[in-house]
Amino acid sequence: MSDTHAQTVPFVRDTMLPAAPPPATQAGAVRWLRENLFSGPVNTVLTIIGLLIIWFLVSHYWDWFAHSVWNANSLNECRQIIIDTWGEGARGACFAVIRERWNQYVFGFYPPELYWRPTMTFGLLIVALVPVLFSASLTIRRAVLVITAIATLTSMIALGSPVIWLAFATLVLAGGFVASERNLGWLLPFSMLYPLMGVWFLWGGSVWGPVFVLVGPVLGWIAWRILAGRMPVIAVLAGVVVTLLFWLFLSGSAAEDAQRLLPMGIEAVRSDRFGGFLLSVTIGVAGIALSLPLGIVLALSRQSDMFLIKSLSVVFIEFIRGVPLITLLFVASLLLNYFLPPGTNFDIILRVIIMVTLFAAAYMAEVIRGGLAALPRGQYEAADALGLDYWKAQRLIILPQALKISIPGIVSTFIGMFKDTTLVTFVGLYDPLKSMSDAVRANIEWKGIYWEPFIFVGAIFFIICFAMSRYSMYLERRLQRDHK
Amino acid sequence: MTDVSASAHASFRPSMLIYDRRYRSLTFQVIVFILVMAALWWLIGNTISNLNAMGKSFDFGFLFQRAGYDISGTPIPYTGNDSHLRATMVGLLNTLIVSILGCIAATILGVAVGVARLSKNWLFARLMTVYVEIFRNIPLLLWILVIYAVFTEILPAPNAYRGESPAWSMILFDHVALTNRYTAIPTLGMDNDPGSLDLGARVTVNWATIAFVVALVGGWFIRRAINAHAQKVQDRTGIRPATLWKNLAVMILPSLFLIWYFGLHLLAPSLQGFNFTGGLNITNSLVVLWLALTLYTAAFIAEIVRAGILAVSRGQSEAAFALGLRPKRTMNLVILPQALRVIIPPLISQYLNLTKNSSLAIAVGYMDLRGTLGGTTLNQTGRELEAIVLMMLIYLALSLIISAGMNIFNSRVKLKER
Amino acid sequence: MTKSVFLGTVAAATLIAGMGMAQEGSTLAQVKERGELNCGVNTGLVGFAAPDANGNWAGFDVALCRAVAAAVLGDASKVKFVPTTGQTRFTAVSSGEVDVLARNSTWTYSRDTDLKLDFVGVNYYDGQGFMVNKELGVTSAKELDGATICIQTGTTTELNLADYFRANQMEYTPVNIDSNAEGEQQYMAGACDAYTTDASGLAATRAAFANPENHIILPEIISKEPLGPAVRHGDNNWGDIVRWTLNALIAAEEYGVTSRNIEELVRSSENPEVQRLLGTTDELGAMMGLDADWAKRAILASGNYGEIFAANIGEQTPIGLARGLNAQWTQGGLLYAPPFR
Repeated sequence: MSDTHAQTVPFVRDTMLPAAPPPATQAGAVRWLRENLFSGPVNTVLTIIGLLIIWFLVSHYWDWFAHSVWNANSLNECRQIIIDTWGEGARGACFAVIRERWNQYVFGFYPPELYWRPTMTFGLLIVALVPVLFSASLTIRRAVLVITAIATLTSMIALGSPVIWLAFATLVLAGGFVASERNLGWLLPFSMLYPLMGVWFLWGGSVWGPVFVLVGPVLGWIAWRILAGRMPVIAVLAGVVVTLLFWLFLSGSAAEDAQRLLPMGIEAVRSDRFGGFLLSVTIGVAGIALSLPLGIVLALSRQSDMFLIKSLSVVFIEFIRGVPLITLLFVASLLLNYFLPPGTNFDIILRVIIMVTLFAAAYMAEVIRGGLAALPRGQYEAADALGLDYWKAQRLIILPQALKISIPGIVSTFIGMFKDTTLVTFVGLYDPLKSMSDAVRANIEWKGIYWEPFIFVGAIFFIICFAMSRYSMYLERRLQRDHK
Repeated sequence: MTDVSASAHASFRPSMLIYDRRYRSLTFQVIVFILVMAALWWLIGNTISNLNAMGKSFDFGFLFQRAGYDISGTPIPYTGNDSHLRATMVGLLNTLIVSILGCIAATILGVAVGVARLSKNWLFARLMTVYVEIFRNIPLLLWILVIYAVFTEILPAPNAYRGESPAWSMILFDHVALTNRYTAIPTLGMDNDPGSLDLGARVTVNWATIAFVVALVGGWFIRRAINAHAQKVQDRTGIRPATLWKNLAVMILPSLFLIWYFGLHLLAPSLQGFNFTGGLNITNSLVVLWLALTLYTAAFIAEIVRAGILAVSRGQSEAAFALGLRPKRTMNLVILPQALRVIIPPLISQYLNLTKNSSLAIAVGYMDLRGTLGGTTLNQTGRELEAIVLMMLIYLALSLIISAGMNIFNSRVKLKER
Repeated sequence: MTKSVFLGTVAAATLIAGMGMAQEGSTLAQVKERGELNCGVNTGLVGFAAPDANGNWAGFDVALCRAVAAAVLGDASKVKFVPTTGQTRFTAVSSGEVDVLARNSTWTYSRDTDLKLDFVGVNYYDGQGFMVNKELGVTSAKELDGATICIQTGTTTELNLADYFRANQMEYTPVNIDSNAEGEQQYMAGACDAYTTDASGLAATRAAFANPENHIILPEIISKEPLGPAVRHGDNNWGDIVRWTLNALIAAEEYGVTSRNIEELVRSSENPEVQRLLGTTDELGAMMGLDADWAKRAILASGNYGEIFAANIGEQTPIGLARGLNAQWTQGGLLYAPPFR
């Protein structure tokens, strides 16, 4: 057949035609629009609805944002400036309240001359977290550390930090940088010491308190060393008991005696000075740090073969998950005094942290239990086959995988907990959202200002929570070991 | 290796309590048991001695005393002369109302947004993403306060509806008035009132309501029978008889008859004195709380729905198409049943969260369980131990009931593993 | 030494382990050992107790706390202010979290007996009133039938309101609000026709409005609201200390002792009552376990009752309250301190 054709065709093109541009409707922006916005009647309607929503928002609120005033001392002054600049009847936002009350929103009632202390604490927090959060990428680590160093040191200088503490912070930051370049493991001791240090920086007081808190585990370790050779299980028990006994009976009086002999310390700041974002972040960070280990223990207990342990953890988890956080906070503020010996009192922030931790830990336990359950049985069997005992199997095989699977759940629990720190307003603490804004509005200058504080506080919460969720997505990608 | 058998036959030594796997867990449990009991004994002992020191007792007698305070928005009749117990019931009902309404609305909105996020429409999908991220990453308390502020600052006082040329006018053919106190909606009036069924404790249900419920439930059962019959016919003959009109008739006609029989009509609210009367005034605190809970929870549900749909692998829908199923049936028979299995468990916990979050009603003065029992009652009687324990138990019971109910549902849609 | 949070943590561990560190002894001994007075106050009510931008508390109730601290500890700044909500205030006292509650709380029978508090006196005689917008044309509370009324939850005002409307056979819709700030917002937006709370609070709220003349406080006062400091039931000596510190402030005004002329009066006063009050003759302080010049320090802290009133809520302040019932008995008011002897 082809032969006949070849003879009938008089002309055969021997060069390629240049490629013609695609039709106008199939190229560039037009094509994108057609595919993504107007591919069918339903899509077209959705696009129009979307555009209407955007237009509505912009047309109603644009002028309010565009006319914002950042520099005024009272709401009336703000309104006057807006009228002077934009004419009668103009409306505008008065973000001056944020500028004027910035310190109050960020530091609460913390003594102004000591603002550098929380600043330093949270700068060093990032250094302490580097080996935990950013162990994979040197570039990210460099960027994070450099930005942290610049931000922390400049704000410490601006806030009038004493030179000695400035030097200390510089030293730690530089050390962090060196460790990040050479060997991240060097930072781990700092990370482990940090909780104690951070608490001391924030609340201040005698240096001997934290020192003697630290002595407890050291003594426990010594006890363990002495006994470890002969009776390993007893040794662990002895270590724990020695630590607890030291904390209970000796550390307090020892710290007081040491302070009497050799007074050393920084100015103490009481819990009632905490407020604003300082309070939220303190409760949030403490809750996060404490709830993860507790959650792991609870999840393992719930998976345990031991009937009593299992039922205790089931009862605990279901009870905590079954009641609103707000009732637990009321327990902290109203009922705890019933359950403790007459006359005992301890710090309301500490009580709130305990309740928030318990609450988050119950959720965390369920998330981690999901991770444990999702792990193939083969992993457990393989660990047994290798002859690993329970703790080694958990530590080396089960938990690393289970935690990896649970990362999204864990981070969303963290986010939920951080958002829930605003509820402390109902037990009389000054959270940034309600109590602090009410306190600002209680002043005659700022009476009647609603939207600006809401927007400001909401924006900060959004930035922190959004960053956390993005970080969890990054971590998930990085830890992805299977190939899809 | 001879050691092993030797030790196995050896007599019991105390050190085996720690080193022998057979006894170790027992030892450990006994120790934990003793510690837990000691802690409980200590806590209870402290509580008793504290109560004695304060001269208080632990009894729930206060529940039967006169409450003395008024509540706005009572689903069952309540006055200040009633007992604290009844006030607690009112609070519990209010909690249930806002939770149920919130769950329904959040599910509808969440599913819609979840599907919209997967839409091919670039703009709309982006808008929905922005909505989800904003609501998920900002505390619920802020949304409650913001929506409350919107309602009080932007909507007018009832006064704005007064006069010859009022500043605001009622919407929906003069039937609904939005004010910064409540939303006034019409109520139903009857020309032919059949009277009410008295359930005791001053709770009554109108016979007409019962008639409507019976008509709807009966209609639903008849509809099922019709569909089952149609299925049978289809199995036998291969042709499915048309059921749409029959279904509609069964569901609607009885209700229409009842409307005609009772002479049902709308009673529009009108402004009299300070406020709208004649209709039903739904307090803004309920509307605000409901809206905030809905918008907040819907953002989470949207993510769950999206993840659920994405979790069904592409091969499933491709296989269904290869079998010649049409898109709608593919969705109903292949995708949804599989996606639901992923969606239901987290959805349950969202419902639980919504119910618990409704306790933030405190911020808008909605008198829920926390506002009555854990708020005013606690304050007026000073019985914080009893009130908070009771409140926690009620919330716990609610949560357990919800999760039990949803678990039953979950086990019905679960993949049957064989 | 201030206990750091570590000791708090350690204390928590102690408690969990089952060994409490109970503080023994009387409230006075505890306060002296602690070196500061724990004082329960409002979370923020301008004029009575509110923190400024730096967290320094000021107000009418705050001044009383400072006076007690000055009398007991010799330093008016040794006060830890514990902000309490309507919910937490009484528990804070009965559990010992605060030593004194000065949070404009009404002295009532059931609070004094059933809640196991001891009200030690009255520092402000108040009564519940209504505020309405002038536009409504209402001139009496009796015309409020059918109105929507904003009311703070968890206060005695809630019960008074219910009683008042029931007694007058009127209907109303309560709008429950959580704080005074929220009440103002709701009232200003017209979400309620009337706002009810203590008359002093109404005056303070109205004073802060942009146009106070548009709002009127109705003449009816529907309840008696004697506001006073409360202490835990059972420690009578501590109750005496707070009661007589308050009485000292009131008596000081009656005898013309002010923070300005007090030093001079200590040296030169001929009035035996003043001499006893200021501890120049009899050792009255020793009877309560304090030293001789406790009352002098209390008065020096922020002045006598009149000075405190004028500085925080008086007519020269934005709150602008008249003395009214709170004038000395010699001026036709109700303030009447028992004799110091």
